[in-house]
Amino acid sequence: MGEQRPQPKFRVRDLNFYYGQFQALKGVSIDIQPRQITALIGPSGCGKSTFLRCLNRMNDTIPGTRLEGQVLLEGQDIYAHEVDLTVLRQRVGMVFQKPNPFPQSVFDNVAFGPRVLGMIRGREQAEGVVEAALREVGLWDTLKDMLEEDALSLSLGDQQRLCIARVIATRPEVILMDEPCSALDPVATLQVEELMHTLKRDYTIVIVTHNMQQAARVSDRTGLFWLGELIEFGDTARIFTHPRLKRTEDYISGRMG
Amino acid sequence: MGTSLRAAFDRELEAIGQDTLRLQGMVDRAIERAVESLKQRDRALAGEVIAGDQEVNDLRFKIEEDCLALIATQQPTATDLRAVIAIMNVAVEMERMADHAAGIAKTVLRMGDQPLLKPLIDIPKMAELGRQMLRASVEALLARDADRARAVAARDDEMDELYFAVFDELVEIMAHKPDTVERATYLLWCAHNLERIGDRVTNIAERAVFITTGAMKELNIKRDEGG
Repeated sequence: MGEQRPQPKFRVRDLNFYYGQFQALKGVSIDIQPRQITALIGPSGCGKSTFLRCLNRMNDTIPGTRLEGQVLLEGQDIYAHEVDLTVLRQRVGMVFQKPNPFPQSVFDNVAFGPRVLGMIRGREQAEGVVEAALREVGLWDTLKDMLEEDALSLSLGDQQRLCIARVIATRPEVILMDEPCSALDPVATLQVEELMHTLKRDYTIVIVTHNMQQAARVSDRTGLFWLGELIEFGDTARIFTHPRLKRTEDYISGRMG
Repeated sequence: MGTSLRAAFDRELEAIGQDTLRLQGMVDRAIERAVESLKQRDRALAGEVIAGDQEVNDLRFKIEEDCLALIATQQPTATDLRAVIAIMNVAVEMERMADHAAGIAKTVLRMGDQPLLKPLIDIPKMAELGRQMLRASVEALLARDADRARAVAARDDEMDELYFAVFDELVEIMAHKPDTVERATYLLWCAHNLERIGDRVTNIAERAVFITTGAMKELNIKRDEGG
């Protein structure tokens, strides 16, 4: 018997993406495994964030863009006509660079998604969901007596963890993270990284980061984007100990020209 | 959430520590079985010890690779960095110790059916001492216990005394009965292998001290090295 790989969460094939005439992604093919952390690294403008945003069709709102190729989520083409974007974005949630809680209470921030999606009714159900999500991100003990406080009064690190709680309250399968720690101090960064480690038991995580050391610390698999192409992809320990390509070696060693 | 912010590093280092303990157990058994094969003149057992060396080599390389990956991915500093580097060194020391055990087993094969020159007394004592020292040094390393490591290193003097006792005795026999030279030399090789095991334990103890203090220092200057 050969080695059995689980079906990938995402299977992307020959993905091209254009902003008008500019081709931002060139023939990207990748399998993203479930319940792993996949890190995407590369210099600014290499296409890694564009790629991330293709995974839940966040680029759809940008006029003049065009996409070719296939993005399959558990075998289903997410760019097919019948796909419901609300359902897609519930399955594939996103955390952004700057913590962006709504200017509402802690409680309402976490309850927002489940309420909008009709997953919960009434205060009691909401309480259960809010508590579970805050526990999952390690904020419950800190915030349980501050649920009615304005979310914007929290520290930036806690705001970012709150945003992660807001995503997981909707029970997604995948969490996309675009530079989730770039606005955070080192302690808050390590807290979020440790949180990612606990979350991968239940979720598939894809993280874009400028911080190579962060990619090395947190991820199971790492991919390097270069001028719109995914030039190397593999187990993180291998990428950071013996990358195949000279270009990867130069980039991770800080010797990129 | 873990109590340490470096929970990922701690988890991975813990796993490497477990492998280090496993390697120590394998080397311990190799020494025990090598000397047993000498005592019993059991060539099949000697063959097993020699064959088992491959497994030791494999685990040593796994530990080295895991340490490399840990350095590359977790960027340890200070004590953490010293711990990873020390474990890499210790894995190499232990692998060489298993080579010494295999050296004894190879000597057993060379001896063929010739009877032992004399009953074995000090050689099994050296083996027992070496195994105790090895276990204690690895425990001191993983517990970051510099005092215990220094105490282990000090016991290498006992090992040297045993070795020189065996050496003097065998030279005496050879001087009086030249026809025993071959058989005496075989035993001398075995004793020498065990003596080298003691030296390598001292190196492990030095690494344990290095982790906690950062000092790279020889813990035991040997009398035959003019110390």
